[in-house]
Amino acid sequence: MTFYAQNVLNGLAYGSLLFLIAAGFTLIFGLMRVVNIAQTAFFLVGAYAGLTLLHAGLSFWVAAVLAGVAVMVIGLVTYRVFLHRYRADELTALLLTLGVALVLDDGALAIWGGDPQSVPPPEGLASSIRIGSLVFPSYWLALIAMSLLIAAALRLVERRTMLGAVIRAGVDDEEMARGLGIDVDRAFYVVFAIGAFLAGAGGVLGGPITGAYPGLDGDLLPLAFAVIIIGGIGSLEGAYIGSLIIGLVSTFGKALFPELSYFTIFVPVAAIMALRPRGLLGRRR
Amino acid sequence: MRRVALAGAGGAAAAVLAALVPSLGLPQYYVSLLTQTWIFGIAAMGLDLLVGFTGLVSFTQAAFFGTGAYLIAILQTQYRLVAFWPALGVAVAGTVALAAVFGLLALRGEGVSFIIITLALNEIVWGLAYQWVSMSGGDNGITGFVRPAVAGVDLSGTAAFYRFCLAILLACLALLMAIVRSPFGLVLQGIRERPRRMEALGYSVRSFRYAAFVIAAGFAGVAGVLFAYYNQFVGPVNLSLDTTVQILIMVILGGVGTLLGPLAGAAVVVFVSNALSNLTQRWELILGAIYIAILLYAQDGLVGIGRRFGRAVCGTPGARGAAGGPAMSPPPPGERDGQA
Amino acid sequence: MRWCFGSVRLMLVLLLVGAGLGPAVPYGSGPGGATAAASTPGVLKIGLLAPTTGVAAAPGHDMINGWQLWWSQHGSTVAGVRIDTTYYDTASNPNTALTQVRRAIERDGVQLLIGPYLANEGLAIAPYAEQHRVPLFLPTVSADDLTQRKASPYVIKVAGWSSSLTTHPAGSWAYGKGYRTALTLGDAYAFAYESVGGFAQTFVEKGGRVVKQLWTPLGTTDFSPYLSQVRAAHPDMVFSCVVGADAVHFLQQWSSFGLKGEVPLVVQETVTDQSSIRTLPPDQVLGIIAFSHYAEGRDDATTQRFVSDYAAANHTLPSYMAAGFYTAAQWIQMAVRQVHGDVADQPKFLAAVRAVVLADSPFGPQRLDSYGAPVENVYVREVQRVPARYARYARTWNVVIKTYPNVSQFWTYSSQEYLKQPVYSNSFQGIAK
Repeated sequence: MTFYAQNVLNGLAYGSLLFLIAAGFTLIFGLMRVVNIAQTAFFLVGAYAGLTLLHAGLSFWVAAVLAGVAVMVIGLVTYRVFLHRYRADELTALLLTLGVALVLDDGALAIWGGDPQSVPPPEGLASSIRIGSLVFPSYWLALIAMSLLIAAALRLVERRTMLGAVIRAGVDDEEMARGLGIDVDRAFYVVFAIGAFLAGAGGVLGGPITGAYPGLDGDLLPLAFAVIIIGGIGSLEGAYIGSLIIGLVSTFGKALFPELSYFTIFVPVAAIMALRPRGLLGRRR
Repeated sequence: MRRVALAGAGGAAAAVLAALVPSLGLPQYYVSLLTQTWIFGIAAMGLDLLVGFTGLVSFTQAAFFGTGAYLIAILQTQYRLVAFWPALGVAVAGTVALAAVFGLLALRGEGVSFIIITLALNEIVWGLAYQWVSMSGGDNGITGFVRPAVAGVDLSGTAAFYRFCLAILLACLALLMAIVRSPFGLVLQGIRERPRRMEALGYSVRSFRYAAFVIAAGFAGVAGVLFAYYNQFVGPVNLSLDTTVQILIMVILGGVGTLLGPLAGAAVVVFVSNALSNLTQRWELILGAIYIAILLYAQDGLVGIGRRFGRAVCGTPGARGAAGGPAMSPPPPGERDGQA
Repeated sequence: MRWCFGSVRLMLVLLLVGAGLGPAVPYGSGPGGATAAASTPGVLKIGLLAPTTGVAAAPGHDMINGWQLWWSQHGSTVAGVRIDTTYYDTASNPNTALTQVRRAIERDGVQLLIGPYLANEGLAIAPYAEQHRVPLFLPTVSADDLTQRKASPYVIKVAGWSSSLTTHPAGSWAYGKGYRTALTLGDAYAFAYESVGGFAQTFVEKGGRVVKQLWTPLGTTDFSPYLSQVRAAHPDMVFSCVVGADAVHFLQQWSSFGLKGEVPLVVQETVTDQSSIRTLPPDQVLGIIAFSHYAEGRDDATTQRFVSDYAAANHTLPSYMAAGFYTAAQWIQMAVRQVHGDVADQPKFLAAVRAVVLADSPFGPQRLDSYGAPVENVYVREVQRVPARYARYARTWNVVIKTYPNVSQFWTYSSQEYLKQPVYSNSFQGIAK
């Protein structure tokens, strides 16, 4: 029983981590149709930046927010300087984000060096909780809660605010939205900024699990893609549910069939690809 | 007509010059690098058929490249099949079979879905290479296989192998040019520009894309075979996302939709990454910056730059080459791929 | 405004290119001069292969730092021969390693290769080096078979080790401690298969039982599903071999999932190497036992002198990669002295290399067996807090609690007997079935 309870929690925690990465990704894609390959590079830079801030003595939460802001600035510069001109040309935009990822990757190596680093969780959440024979790090539990909160907050913004309405309009029918006088271009900026912020802050929030090391972005990228395929491109609920599904399937897969560990992520992906290519909750555009 | 004849003569001259390189007395190392260029050139040109002429960006090229390489290695080390042509045949057939299956899955998505699915497929193959240790040697890969003799010529020397790869490259180039200029190739370009209209004209867009996908994979497989012989080593790194990205960068740097462009791109990537890594540790950053620069300022790649330079110098009012206009200009709204 | 951003874009791109080329200083003092002539009299051209980019960039820098420390301390001219090192970045990638080796041999005319770091890089380049008759010294590549079934006169693990050399004693030791069942957890690749195999072989031979073997994909961030199986299997102990970032994640989660202190953990040295433990809070690593050929906290004059010199120069404590290249430099110096500078006579020089005996080194005494693998001490070491003098460089380090002297790659078996069994892999773990 402990085994199953443990792995349910493991799966939810891992899924919550995946959502932090996938949320910004799906947001940016949903409105702008830009596959931001640099998303996990943003995550990595956020983790490193947060680490530097933590070493400077700032509190964990402050570091997370500031790292988010720092990456948001990088994101905005990236968007304005490189991507804005190609916002109608999805392919070039995708390829550009690839170049940005390469540059950020090497830049991070140059600045922070090659040693794998660990990101310490905040003081109050550094211990483990014991429930019977189950031991679970309290930070991972907190991550499940944080991820849910972020998902809920994003959904609130999407459904209940003007910005959200503008975004939804832009996603549904960009031409029409423009025709109605909605400033879709400005919405692009805002969305890219939010996406980058989520990645940067996510790097710190997820840091106690992933750490920060060269190649982290490469390790995470296929996972982000897997979430999108399963959850559906452009759907925030899909990204959240997709993340949790992948988290659970992958965890139970590894726990029950460890020899197939390399495939536990991509078997569900292949299944969805074969059966329902637009994902569980994807929209048909 | 004269321009075509001139181009043909120029091409033949270039081919002859290239064949003479090993005799120029340069260190063998540069001949090796050029050999690598020819090999990756084949893979890049094959990808260009897909990216430049059909308008599909795929991330599976490394999977097919690596499959070709692994099959040759396995055939030699586990099945003792050393003879070149049969081994090549089996390896390419295996790669094409894989592509046939992958194509079915990948083409269920359109546009960005397609890209993401190809990325996932590449990861699956890469994971297999790590996991299926009895076949692939896992992380250590496969070593200990030799270059075969082809038509009595021993290929273990650098110069001999160089010329052999050059010959295969020229054959592939000729084949690709023929494909691109054929009715099939023209349909592909039509699909790239206006998929909906092509559908309306009665062409099965999906079938043509599928065919292009499988053909491109075949070329990648051939390149993989040559690469296995070149290094006499195959490992999961040959299937990795990094390799796929590298080949894609070659296509873009060189000029999408031009066939010769990716070859030039291959030369740039191979030489720059090797020359630069001697000068600075930040060569990846530089390559990334060059790549971004090409995307921003020279979307038709090196070939485009070359053409413009040529026009400026020679003053010829140019008609565009047979490869058609820049492949990456956005189709007008309403005709985006995802809505086809 | 529009033109302004156009040129901003251009400026940024140029800046990036400039940033890359600007610090265009190759990583080290070794004259990188690419003279194409091989064997200039009085010069020994050495090609040092190390990853300075890619996922293994940190070990790559350690290797170079260790190497340079030796030569800066002892001068790079030995018996009239100038040691000329050129550095090649293998980018943590066997294909790149091969291309670099080609450049080293074909263009730069190096007479001797040292490095690389990863086993797959080493395995990829060994045949090429042999073909071109260029000696390949391997202080860090520990692949068992390179000095067993694939042994060659040109491939020598100078100042090096073998994966199972350090873990054979572990099985025997564990049984002696009273453990009867073990669960093993390793990265799913050859180095870990060999390391765990060595442990499994001797543990089972003594009478122990390996209840389960878990292999995790390289780059695993989340070990929780595997750790849940540890609890379920109730073993007396766990033996683990993971590397790099995986080691960091594993140690963190071993602790935060409550297994530390509950289940005894014994590891291969890469898990608690300085490069992993320096980033972790002490309570997550203190007390973990490893089997290794190196311990930076070893209470021995030679080792401590090396550690303090290295710390002063590089502001961190040395890992085994740094110690390996430092000692390899010493090894080469001794061999060059032995042949009185006549390095052009390759067979004589290689014979001298194989004949070197180090009475002491940062590893302790070292010499080579007839296959080119080292015979050296294996230490049972434990993570403890650093003494005050190193407090600004690290928080924890490894201290020796027991020594197995002069261990060979064949452990207590004769070489013929040992070579009858296949190399350890995920299908052969030494366990008699």
